[in-house]
Amino acid sequence: MSNSIEAITVTPGESPGRRAWRRFKRNRLGWWSLVLFCVLVGVSLLAEVISNDRPLLVRYNGDLYVPLVKDYPETNFGGDFETNTDYLDPFIRERLREPGNWAIFAPNPYGYKTLNYFAKQPNPSGPTRDNWLGTDDRGRDLLAQLIYGFRVSVLFALALTFTGTVLGVITGAIQGFFGGKTDLAFQRFIEVWSAMPELYLLIIFSAVFAPSLALLLVLLSLFGWMGLSDYVRAEFLRNRQLDYVRAARSMGVSNWHIITRHLLPNSLTPVVTFLPFRMSGAILALTSLDFLGLGVPPGTPSLGELLSQGKNNIDAWWISLFTFAVLVVTLMLLTFMGDALRDALDPRKAHA
Amino acid sequence: MSTLLEVRKLSVSFSGRTVVHDISFSIAAGEKLALVGESGSGKTVTALSLLRLAGDAVLGGEAWFDGRDLVSMPERALRGVRGQDIAMVFQEPMSALNPLMTVGAQIAEVVALKNGMTQKQAGLMAIKLMAETGILEPERRFHSYPHQLSGGQRQRAMIAAALACQPKLLLADEPTTALDVTLRGQILELLERLQKERGMAVLMITHDLNLVRKFAGRVIVMERGHVVEQGPTDEVFARPQHAYTRNLLASRPERDVVSVAPTHDTAQAVLSASSLRVSYPTPLPGIRGWFKHGEYVAVHNADFDLQAGQTLGVIGESGSGKTTLALAVLGLIPFQGQLSVSERQWKGVSAQDKTLRRSIQVVFQDPFSALSPRMTVEEIVGEGLDVHESKLTLLERRERVIAALLDVGLGKDGVVEMGHLLGRYPHEFSGGQRQRLAIARALIVQPQILVLDEPTSALDVTVQKQVLQLLQRLQREKALSFLLITHDVDVIRAMAHQVMVMKQGEVVEFGPVDAVLNRPNHSYTRILVNSAG
Repeated sequence: MSNSIEAITVTPGESPGRRAWRRFKRNRLGWWSLVLFCVLVGVSLLAEVISNDRPLLVRYNGDLYVPLVKDYPETNFGGDFETNTDYLDPFIRERLREPGNWAIFAPNPYGYKTLNYFAKQPNPSGPTRDNWLGTDDRGRDLLAQLIYGFRVSVLFALALTFTGTVLGVITGAIQGFFGGKTDLAFQRFIEVWSAMPELYLLIIFSAVFAPSLALLLVLLSLFGWMGLSDYVRAEFLRNRQLDYVRAARSMGVSNWHIITRHLLPNSLTPVVTFLPFRMSGAILALTSLDFLGLGVPPGTPSLGELLSQGKNNIDAWWISLFTFAVLVVTLMLLTFMGDALRDALDPRKAHA
Repeated sequence: MSTLLEVRKLSVSFSGRTVVHDISFSIAAGEKLALVGESGSGKTVTALSLLRLAGDAVLGGEAWFDGRDLVSMPERALRGVRGQDIAMVFQEPMSALNPLMTVGAQIAEVVALKNGMTQKQAGLMAIKLMAETGILEPERRFHSYPHQLSGGQRQRAMIAAALACQPKLLLADEPTTALDVTLRGQILELLERLQKERGMAVLMITHDLNLVRKFAGRVIVMERGHVVEQGPTDEVFARPQHAYTRNLLASRPERDVVSVAPTHDTAQAVLSASSLRVSYPTPLPGIRGWFKHGEYVAVHNADFDLQAGQTLGVIGESGSGKTTLALAVLGLIPFQGQLSVSERQWKGVSAQDKTLRRSIQVVFQDPFSALSPRMTVEEIVGEGLDVHESKLTLLERRERVIAALLDVGLGKDGVVEMGHLLGRYPHEFSGGQRQRLAIARALIVQPQILVLDEPTSALDVTVQKQVLQLLQRLQREKALSFLLITHDVDVIRAMAHQVMVMKQGEVVEFGPVDAVLNRPNHSYTRILVNSAG
């Protein structure tokens, strides 16, 4: 046997994780929600190419320009000023259409900040051929704002979910593994900490510091880990008295290895299950803070700020409707994913 | 005798998976019938299907009771049959009773519902039933909540509730399995007495052949959803026709261990304890509890020795402190007194004495929680090597893992099969195979002592025998010493050289296996031995 040991190639069996993944994929609603969500996020990451007031590529008088990444003064294109070119200016448009010149515009030729000084309609304008979903009360294109706002929301939610999960897992693991006095002290700390009025703190901090996404991330992370920490703690408390952990202890395996090899992988089920729900919670948190004006700094594309505009311009139905639609679709996709994930990880269905 | 229930070609399937295949049998009025089989044979599902209580099962076939077909009967009519004509007693009395209602109220509820009595009459009737099922002081117990009763009393209360409307057929699903051995006999006697007095038929579902032999007049043997044999109990036991029945009957563990002359030479003891005492803190009520804890003593001054190459059996009921003893011996919980493994003293729990840890390993009861579900076979079995022989190369390590697997009878010599085995995860193995994996994991570090904490009680009887044979072989080949913890006298009889009987934390008897089991001194040992039949 010993000389044939080298010949052995270990064929991996189906791990519990992969089995859950297979079950997840079998849930068609959840699986297609994930696919669609990934596509939407992927598209929004390319927002600059899809919705931009600068052309992607310009050929002007024999030279190639890349306005997408570089600023060019208007004088380059026959304008009068040294300022950056406004590519929506009918004069510039005309110059770019001259024989031999061409420009590739983004499908939606507006950025999220773009003010169209040459709009044919007063602001806010309803959906037109120029602005497919209309404009907001400052004349910015709604579609562009939604694309960029979606991106900010999702990226922010990802970051918040990540920090909250890491903090929650670490604190939960410490409490659950060491138990006793450590656990007791930590639990009391959590009780005190969770009694802090989060919203007031946010209001105070947004008055003291310059509002920014990073500040918001830090503040929300400080309070977002507690729910998860309880679940991880409970899982650790349950798992650490299971026989495989006892067997590892009697083997002399170190605490660190017991945590990382035995307890952690087996305690992550609630963490994974909650990921999509935490994401949707984070998106909602950012949106409501923006709605209240406590969120992102002015000038950042934001779904919450659009909702508040919709409230202020109740006759401009397109603002509320389209923002609402984007929010509903996003949150629903996340909820479908979460449902499917929960079913896939359900221990009672483990045999399927 | 007239036929009470006639089951014809009953089949049960859950979402397309058939678990009971076209079984047919009949029960005569006043008959004692046993349905035997291992776990997964479909015996409980069969009983539940008779009352259509088996969740979202799809039923086929017929089950004629009193001229009505239980399978096709409308749900409303069936509700009249449930409890009234056919009653059921479940395995776990704690979860079968509502914890927020008094026992008496629960029995009276059934009585009032089925017999149309007033609350007062129903209450009196309930007290009568409780007295009949042998509950002492029924008037006082009427007002007790389930948690205030002992396990045996709860099972009696369950039976009282089942009897509320004089059913003609009682389905008893493992009614004694969750109880301690000393109580099993009593509950069985009760069922027997009630059956005789009321002339009702009893369908007993069980995996315990001793129970069948004592109780049933006729027996049905099930294997994987099929009835493989049925007939009078004496006949089936004496001349089993089907291979599976023979296998089941031959599953009683056999003694096949190195015989040793009784010796009192402690020089070769690999494990010795003197005045070993283990206690747990318990909360005290009121303000006192803020400052100090009470104490629950799980093991009182135990003294014992385990000789090299021998087995020390520890037997006792649940709560007798035998598992606590095992954890102390493994150095997993703090203890008082002296405890030495091959002349080395345990010094507290936190001491990471690697030599000591290596010399004593453990196999636990539940094969499903004993293996980390997210590690492969190679990782699980090889874990001890990472701790104790971390200098091994990958190939040497794999060689050792394979040797350990072959030792416990897992895997073949083939390269492909072995490669497949090493990469698998625990959920792909059966209970018996998992227990073998747990043994391989313990053996790989070459310990002297193996602590076996109920190593076979979660396994089916046929698998239990195989695992015990494996342990016997390993002891012979490797001169291992076993500390065997069990509640099963048969296992002790087959495996142990010395026996220690524990009751409520005290060692009540200690000595060579023949002496203790054949000439027990303590009354408690006598009950244990007798109830094992």
